[in-house]
Formats: sequence, structure tokens, C-alpha cells
Amino acid sequence: MAQYYLKKKWRERIKIGVILLILLIGAIPFLMPLVWLISTSLKTTDQIFTYPPKWIPKPVAWRNYIEIFSYMPFLSYFKNTMIITVTTLIGVILSSSLIAYGFARIKFFGSKVLFMVLLSTIMLPPQVTMIPLYILFSKLKWVDTLLPLTVPYFFGNAFFVFLLKQFFHTIPVELEDAARIDGCTTLGIYWRIAMPLCKPALAAVAIFQFQFAWSDFMGPLIYLSSEEKKTLALGLQNFLTIHGGEWHLLMAASTLMILPVILVFFTAQRYFIRGVILSGLKG
Amino acid sequence: MKIKKSVLRRNLEGYMFISPFIVGFLVFTFGPLIASFYLSFCDYNILEPPRWVGLGNYKTLLFRDPLFWKSLYNTVYYTIFSVPLGTALALMLAMMLNQKIPGQAILRTVYYLPCIVPIIASSVLWVQIFNPQWGLLNMFLRKLGLPEPGWLISETWAKPALIIMSLWAIGGAIIIFLAGLQGIPDHLYESAEIDGAGAIQKFFHITLPMLSPTIFFLVVMGVIGSFQVFTQAYVMTGGGPLDSTRFYILYLFNQAFEFFHMGYGCAMAWILFAIILAVTYLQFRYLSKFGYYEAE
Repeated sequence: MAQYYLKKKWRERIKIGVILLILLIGAIPFLMPLVWLISTSLKTTDQIFTYPPKWIPKPVAWRNYIEIFSYMPFLSYFKNTMIITVTTLIGVILSSSLIAYGFARIKFFGSKVLFMVLLSTIMLPPQVTMIPLYILFSKLKWVDTLLPLTVPYFFGNAFFVFLLKQFFHTIPVELEDAARIDGCTTLGIYWRIAMPLCKPALAAVAIFQFQFAWSDFMGPLIYLSSEEKKTLALGLQNFLTIHGGEWHLLMAASTLMILPVILVFFTAQRYFIRGVILSGLKG
Repeated sequence: MKIKKSVLRRNLEGYMFISPFIVGFLVFTFGPLIASFYLSFCDYNILEPPRWVGLGNYKTLLFRDPLFWKSLYNTVYYTIFSVPLGTALALMLAMMLNQKIPGQAILRTVYYLPCIVPIIASSVLWVQIFNPQWGLLNMFLRKLGLPEPGWLISETWAKPALIIMSLWAIGGAIIIFLAGLQGIPDHLYESAEIDGAGAIQKFFHITLPMLSPTIFFLVVMGVIGSFQVFTQAYVMTGGGPLDSTRFYILYLFNQAFEFFHMGYGCAMAWILFAIILAVTYLQFRYLSKFGYYEAE
């Protein structure tokens, strides 16, 4: 019997060793492109086009990161992206939580049907409404402003409403009843009791929206045309078409665009992962 | 009378809370939906009023526009490879990352990281990786003495290149699979072991059936997502070479926002919607059958 367990223990160890080896080798293609990105962003032009490739730039061309500012209005791109991201973040959190609370806690006539309508909009490909929305915004003279990319986010997002509604259901009703007896209004309960308790879910929503707004390409592509309104995503694409050969600068600009996302990921990793899992449980 | 008043109040309150949804739905979803449907039967270039053409747009698309079929073929090609390959790879990696291995957290982060890179940044990066001469991929193949495809400048290899790129960003699916794997009770594996089941049997009789809802979810969402592939193609190839990466949404975008064939674009959007609904329905019908009950 003891021999059996000893054998099993060894088998287990070998298995772990093999798996670790596979995972380490498998990690190479996942990591290498990013390493190459950073490495290229720190090279001079003559170091890029060499074979075999050099991984560690020598000398390190830090000035690439300064040079990109003279090639494109990077700060303006950054500012516009930031305005869109922060505004839609506020819009999405306020509106989606308000709607979710209404559906989760208040029994009103037609709430079930309306919630089904809301859920069904998740299935609708955005391309179906994309063209009439463009026509609407162009009639409103909103084209080439940030308004079409921000205002709609103040009217709730179906997926976020669904996530938050599920979370509101987990808060004990007794807490809210106690506040009501103390004379708190429904709006007050929502804001002072439900919202603070809902922080983990709100964090997940915020991270999703941050990622989406920061990376969105098609929205800005359709609505923004003048240089001073463009976002980072558009600016980067523009730079690629004009200076496609300047790899070191392209990579430096890409690195700068990725950096905030990575920072948010590492500071809020827990919420990040939980958000992804929550989105997966939707099905 | 008093009860009635409180009911009225509650209803009012309810509608007050969800009012952003009602307004947003009418203005940004329902209205445009009706408009889009109407415009799909019209010629419309924004400058002049829409002109009714009946089924004209649909007829042209289906019978006289080879690029429509080409773009549909490209999109189906992309989906058929990227979704099953991505899901299988994510499942394999998740199962290994679920083991008690040293450095587990770091490895998970490494595999997850690529999927948070903004699509535009990864497009810029992969354009260089796929460069036939100085790109990372071909330099690696050169070292191994393997043939070096032209990737994005080759009609044959442009779609496979974009599929490879999609496999790089499967971190989200890995995380969802990890959550699913952690939901499988240990006692199932323990009792299977007592019955003498090997690793392969455990995989096919426990892991796979228990994960089937997760797999189903990922495949359905993956198909919907990859039918809408756009940014990579727009940025990296512009649809070329020879329209080999002109995906459906890219062609729709060309028609609507470059040629200002807005009615034509709307008709394309409705055809896409019908295809997505049909494919999703078929998946619910046939895929969801391979399910949970096998584990019982």
C-alpha cells in the first residue's frame, strides 16, 4: 500500500513537471510580441532592420518616446480619449445602476416585459442601428464632436444593467427596509445604501467601460474627422498609414497607449478577473 | 383609496428609475431600428431624401454583388477557424493552469495579458510581426529553415494571419474556463479514480460534460463576435490583398461611410442580423444538446 502511494506521488510530480514545461514553452508566443513591442520602441532605426533580431537595444533610444510628440498631437489625442473615457464611465455607472435598481427592487406595472426588452437589445448587432444613428447625429450637427461618443452612455447599457441587477438582488432587503422606516426615500436608499454595497460590481462595470472606451475604434472612426478631435486609437491608425516605416515610433506610441490599460489591470486585477467571470456567467 | 395611492406612487417611482432606459431605448435603439429597416428598402446618400426602391438593395446584394458573397465567405472562413481553435486552445491552457504548479499566478497573468491590449495597438504590433522581411514571425521561421509566407501581403495567408492574431488574445476565454473548472466538484474526479478511470476518461466523462455550458456560451458569443470582425482588417490590410480580408462589416462600412450607400448598408446590416439570429438558433438547437445530462 505504501509503495502504491509512493508511486502515485512520483507520478504526480512528473505530471506537474511536464505541465509546467508545456506552459513555460507555450508562454513564449504569448509574451514575445509584447517584449518585442517594448524592445523595438527603444531602438534606433538601424537596429530594427537586422537579422538575427537583437532583443536588447544598444544604445537604448529613450528619445523615441519624446520624438513621437513632434510627429503627432499625442497630448491632444490623449486628452480626447481621456474625456470620452471619464465621461462615459460616469454616464454608464449612474444610468445603469439607476435602471438596475429600478428593475431589481421596485415592482411596477410592466417591469418584466420591459426587462425582457432590455435583455433582447444585447443580442442586437450594433451595426443594425449604426447608420440611422449616424444620420440622427449628423442632423443634430453632432458629427465631429465628442457628443455622439458620450451622450448615449447616459441612457444605460443593457449588459451592465443585467450585471448590476443581479448584484442588487444579493443585498439583503432588511437593510433597505430599516432605512425606509427611518424616513429615507427610495432614491436615498439607492444612493446611500445600495450603491456603496454594490462597489465590487460597479468596479467591474467601470473596468469594462474603461477598456471599451479607451480602445474603441469604430465609433471615433465614424464620427471624428478633424485632427484636434481625434482619439488615441484614431491617431495611432493615422500614424500607421502615414509613417508605416517608422517602427520604433509606432511601437513607442502603442506602448504609451497600452500603458494605462496595464496599470489599471495590475491595480485592480481582482475586480478585472471577477468582471470577466461575471460576464461569462451571463449565458 | 390609500392603497391605490401607494401603488400609483410605486409605479411612478419605478418608471422614474428606469426612465433613462426608456428614453435611450426609444431614441438610440427602437427609432434607429425602424429607420434602418425602412432605409434598407431605399436609395439614400444623406444629401438627398431617401428614394424607395423596394427589394432593390436586397436583390442587388444577393444576385449582382460578388463582393457581398466574398465578404461573407471571408467572414465565415475566419469564424470557422478562429472560434473552434480559440476555444480548444483556451480549454487546454485553462486545464493546465488549473493545476497546482509553481508560479501559477504569474503564468496566468502572462496568458491573460495580450487580451487587454487595445485592438488598435495589437493591430499596429502585428502588422510588424507579420512583415515578410523583418517581422518577428518570419525571422523565427527563417531560423528554423521553414518556408516564409507573405502573411498580410499574400492572398492565401492574410486570413490565416488574422486568425493567428485572434488566438493570441484568448485570455478572456481562459479565465472563464478557469472559473468553470473550479466549479466542478472534486468528488467526481475522486470517485472516477476509485473506479480506475484514467486522465483521458476523466476528461471525456467529467470535465467536458461539466464544462459544456461554458463551452456553449463561449462558442455562441465567439461566433457573434467574430462575425463582427472589423478593426484588424481595416487597420492592417484595408481589406486586401485582392479583397481576401474584406470582412462583412468592413464591406458594410465601405458601402455606408465611404460610398455613402446608406440604404445598401442598412440592407447589409439586416442580412447580417438574420444570419446571426439563424446561426445562434442553430447552435441552441444542436450544440446545447451535448450537455450536462451526460454527467448525471
